[in-house]
Amino acid sequence: MQNVMGIINLNEGQDLLKELTKGRPLAALPFGGRYRLVDFMLSNMVNSGMQNVGILVHDKYRALMDHLRSGKDWDLARKRDGLFILPPNQNPCSPGGCRGNIENFYNNLDYIESSRQEYMLIAGGHIVCNLNYRKVFKFHQDTGADITVLYKEDDVEEDISQYAILDCQPDGRIVDMGIISQKTTSRKVSMEMYIIKKSLLVELIKDCHTRGGWDFVKDVLIKNVNQLKMFGFPYKGYIARIDSIKNYYRHNMELLKPEKWEELFFRSGLVYTKVKDEAPVKYKENARAFNTMVANGCIIEGRVENSILFRGVKVHKGAYIKDSIIMQKCEIAENAIIENVICDKNVCITKGKWLKGETNYPLVVEKGTII
Amino acid sequence: MRKKECVAMILAGGQGSRLGSLTQKIAKPAVPFGGKYRIIDFPLSNCHNSGIDTVGVLTQYRPLALHSYIGIGSSWDLDRRDGGVYVLPPYAQEGSAEWYKGTADAIYQNLNFIDMMNPNYVLVLSGDHIYNMDYSLMLEHHKKQKAEVTISVIEVPWHEVSRFGIMNTNTTGRITEFVEKPKEAKSNLASMGIYIFNWRLLRKSLEEDRKNALSSHDFGKDVIPKLLADGHRLYAYYFKGYWKDVGTVESFWEANMDLLEDDPQLDLHNPNWRVYSVNATRPPHYVGVTASLTRSLVGEGCSILGEVDHSVIFPGAHIGKGAVVKDSIIMPYATICENAHVYRGIIGRKSLVERGAVIGAKDQLEITVIEENIVIPSNAQVLDNSMISTQKQVG
Repeated sequence: MQNVMGIINLNEGQDLLKELTKGRPLAALPFGGRYRLVDFMLSNMVNSGMQNVGILVHDKYRALMDHLRSGKDWDLARKRDGLFILPPNQNPCSPGGCRGNIENFYNNLDYIESSRQEYMLIAGGHIVCNLNYRKVFKFHQDTGADITVLYKEDDVEEDISQYAILDCQPDGRIVDMGIISQKTTSRKVSMEMYIIKKSLLVELIKDCHTRGGWDFVKDVLIKNVNQLKMFGFPYKGYIARIDSIKNYYRHNMELLKPEKWEELFFRSGLVYTKVKDEAPVKYKENARAFNTMVANGCIIEGRVENSILFRGVKVHKGAYIKDSIIMQKCEIAENAIIENVICDKNVCITKGKWLKGETNYPLVVEKGTII
Repeated sequence: MRKKECVAMILAGGQGSRLGSLTQKIAKPAVPFGGKYRIIDFPLSNCHNSGIDTVGVLTQYRPLALHSYIGIGSSWDLDRRDGGVYVLPPYAQEGSAEWYKGTADAIYQNLNFIDMMNPNYVLVLSGDHIYNMDYSLMLEHHKKQKAEVTISVIEVPWHEVSRFGIMNTNTTGRITEFVEKPKEAKSNLASMGIYIFNWRLLRKSLEEDRKNALSSHDFGKDVIPKLLADGHRLYAYYFKGYWKDVGTVESFWEANMDLLEDDPQLDLHNPNWRVYSVNATRPPHYVGVTASLTRSLVGEGCSILGEVDHSVIFPGAHIGKGAVVKDSIIMPYATICENAHVYRGIIGRKSLVERGAVIGAKDQLEITVIEENIVIPSNAQVLDNSMISTQKQVG
């Protein structure tokens, strides 16, 4: 896998997760108690043996750079290769918003071309999974494919309308690819992860750019289904697509099932993240916790049920947290009650307050809010 | 290299034989402590937090765990271009290879290291004490008093004075008397084994001590008394915070339990004085539906399904359904299976307590130590650590 470079492509046009992605790219969204979404993809790549990873960013990427720094925590601070943030050109976006990812690719072609790896693995920043790419790469070489597309059959997501659906022959060869329509019977949903030879990618990007195309899926992949040898690789493991508040909440909650916890965090490799040197969790005399995930640095005196606490959360006496996600350094004061709530970082819920959302519509409290 | 004002030397070679099976395979400073740390994290973090960026760590007994743990020092921000952390094991010299014979000899054998840094002051520390201390304040005190040697002291309970180096001071804080481990003491001011020396004086006295055939080459027994007798300016620096020598199983256990108080004297959660450590790559811990957790510290990657009270649980440990863990220390990756009970136990790294086994007893005051990689078979009863060697070992 040392011959494969990774590109994590953070292509987001709009603020999908409202308050949660107002000040940060989706890839920097906290997830799973101590991680950010990008950690999973980076760890997958590193655990697969890749050592050159570029991240194509668009806007608001300071939060991401804070998190990644030199890449040391993923073992990507190297003399050669390592981690690279690939920023957009000065004015990449037309007034109407971002025009898609081809432009960003195109602007960073010199970096991609000059890297010494022969193959590329392209992935988005919003899919959470723990997978080793070694098998996929072998599949790519064995089939002699031009492009290998990872897909997940029978995805659990309710809304997959924004993802490409593949139609494959029994041997995996893709015969059709398109956005879901009434006629589609296939449930093979693209994971937006591709393996491709670098030289071919460069050629396709240049070609697409000169023809005015701007979307990688529509203008490069779908238009070339018949010209290129494309294969689909079925991925069978755990996957979480994060593209709405609703599924962000649901997928976090799912981690409270021990078998999911096991699969996401241990099955094919450990997940790395920025180290914070927080102390172990302190449970005091009156603490109560059930079915809950708690990250280091928390101090718990109250009651926590079916919830996820990120690093450094304080739960005071008499406080009650249920079915909620509490991000880093939040403070839940005495006798406050919260249910079905997502608290972004540094939120403080003062004494005796009562906050409640719904399971299918969790209440989101914006970063730094004091209620 | 930039000139250093102060270089720290951490004495981390000790076997710590009184810790019994806890130090069978690792040196005392490498023993896990406090739910995620190792003992040496405390002096190393103190150095970092006090602005000391050049640290020599003197190792000797079973150094592998310690060496690999310290690595290049990046966990304590001690991977520096100038300075940083240096691991200093004993080495062969012309004609002879020798071990460190005492604390003073250990520093003597590394004079060339300190020469290379050429500091004004040398801070000598022990690698096996638990405390948070700002050494820069002690150095300030040292300079203000125009001292040649400053020894950090703490008041210890009278019945414990015979374990320490005890000193007497006059009203200005100047040390008038120093006795190592006295049977009867005039004061309860104990040396914490933390010294600041003027480098030139230290160099000279270590060379003299080396030549003295009668000396045991120890700071407390030989070097300090000699400096005092020669009329040098030795001052005491009074330390008020929490400090514990974790030299015995009891004090090690106590120091861990001290952290479980509601407002512990040593606050690991103080954001202004972080204790740094090599962090486990593990997810947040999981607390199951059947769990109960009170008065405890729990590290990352654990899964807790049973009842845990007044205990310290290290990363990756598993406490099964119906298990009871009380007043205990569960080291990294140890497993306590369903319905097993542990009272006042110290369960070693990766050890396995199978279903229904009982370690210790509810009303027992003795501490039971289970070594690392031990399997306690189901339904077995272990009342003290005499039984552990008969168990089969897992790889």
